[in-house]
Amino acid sequence: MRTRTPALGAEGWFTEDGGPALVGSRCDGCAAVAFPAASFRCPNPACGGSEFTEVRLGPGGTVWSYTDLRYQPPAPFVPALEPYEPCTLVAVEVDGSGLVVLGQAVAGVSVEDLRVGARVELVVDTLFCDDEHEYTIWKWRPAGVAR
Amino acid sequence: MNDVIVAGVGMTPWGKWGRPFVEYGVRAASEALADAAVDWREVQFVAAGETVRNGYAGYVAGATLARALGWSGAQVASAYGACTSGAMAIDTARARILAGLCDIALVVGADTTPKGFLAPNAGDRPADPDWLRFRLLGATNPAYFALAARRRMDLHGATAEDFAEVKVKNARHGLANPRARYRKAVTAEEVLASPIVSDPLHLLDICATSDGGAALVLMSEAAYRRHGGASPGVRIRGVASVTPTYPNTVLELPDIATDSTAVAAPPTRGFMDSIGDAAYAQSGIGPQDVDVAEVYDLATALELDWYEHLGLCEAGGAEKLLRDGETAVGGRIPVNPSGGLACFGEAVPAQAIAQVCEITWQLQGRAGGRQVDGARVGITANKGLFGHGSAVVLST
Repeated sequence: MRTRTPALGAEGWFTEDGGPALVGSRCDGCAAVAFPAASFRCPNPACGGSEFTEVRLGPGGTVWSYTDLRYQPPAPFVPALEPYEPCTLVAVEVDGSGLVVLGQAVAGVSVEDLRVGARVELVVDTLFCDDEHEYTIWKWRPAGVAR
Repeated sequence: MNDVIVAGVGMTPWGKWGRPFVEYGVRAASEALADAAVDWREVQFVAAGETVRNGYAGYVAGATLARALGWSGAQVASAYGACTSGAMAIDTARARILAGLCDIALVVGADTTPKGFLAPNAGDRPADPDWLRFRLLGATNPAYFALAARRRMDLHGATAEDFAEVKVKNARHGLANPRARYRKAVTAEEVLASPIVSDPLHLLDICATSDGGAALVLMSEAAYRRHGGASPGVRIRGVASVTPTYPNTVLELPDIATDSTAVAAPPTRGFMDSIGDAAYAQSGIGPQDVDVAEVYDLATALELDWYEHLGLCEAGGAEKLLRDGETAVGGRIPVNPSGGLACFGEAVPAQAIAQVCEITWQLQGRAGGRQVDGARVGITANKGLFGHGSAVVLST
């Protein structure tokens, strides 16, 4: 049995508690939102605050752009499947956040299934597995598609 | 403000030979010194674009090149600005001359690039954005170029055929450039028949990585008057080496997310606009005065973006400008007469300097079969990961 754990580097970047969502920060001083979360200085140069509150982002969003990776990317990318299956990338304007977040699309979604302005939703899915772990990450899928 | 003079230029051919970068740098520097009729020992300041390994600085450039030329006691700086490293070195040398700290400076950039996709250094570095984008998403450089290309299609109705025509034009320009790595005419059909790397971009839409070196000898006006040179001097009128303004709403390499507009409206002029704006503002020259441009065509679609951000046409007008032949040599505003990255491939720290070499040759009337008739004002532009933008405005 593999342990389900967030991918290295993305710990705390997303959650499944209360439904899947990204986890960003909101500045206690100016309310600026950031993803990945700000921890020591607000990115808004008019503020410069250093206190933040965790904020859920998503799970809904609108496609800003999209593409795919026809060739296997180099390490540190780890392919989920051998041989490599091309994956699709989606940049999404995340509802209520004012920012765009890039993510892989879930398996089976190709560029043909996407268009700028289409609605998508966030899911927590497998990035890749090793013998002991299933490493998880956020991915995007077209809204309204059954799990 | 006094202008800084480009008194000499030098540039190796671009290729893939795997020799140490310092050899390319020394060859380019030697040519630039000869062009300026300057002895290396007269150079008071050396600024080098740092070699680049994906997102990071690689081998130490400035002192290594100074040593290879023969220790002379010159002051030195190495500049890292990703794809803009060469322009950052120009900016540093120019500022030093304008401040009166030196009269003669050498600017060099050279690199030896590995084959295939650029990739981060080995080892787990989960706090490094350039490592994270590969591990968490597999997001290669072409994937970012493709996201921008898809936006262009959606916003302005660009087509894969338009992108292919950029390659066709630049390949035609490169035929007349003896320093270009690829000197072969290409048809739109060949571009569209090449494999898709990241939809909508084909292999022939995306630039290769190359080895090469480029160098400039810069002088104060007083030193140039005193010294003269083998070739007519060209004036540097403005150098931009700018970062974005918050909130930057366009996804930049190597980021996974943009800034948020939750509490601050995006700037009226976005990051790519601000690059040309800064150089134009310094120079007192506007887009309407520009005769020739060298822009960073990492991918064909990006060249179209630059037409608009540099003010060569209105937003959404780039495809028409290209289709009308206005950006080809012989048109109203030729872009990438050198053949651009499409014909050179990217030797990262050399590239922004190579752009200035080309504009210098153009303004001196030394560009041979790719000469833009009567060119008196030129601009270069590029953009590198981690939020680096650069542009150089030159005039006769």
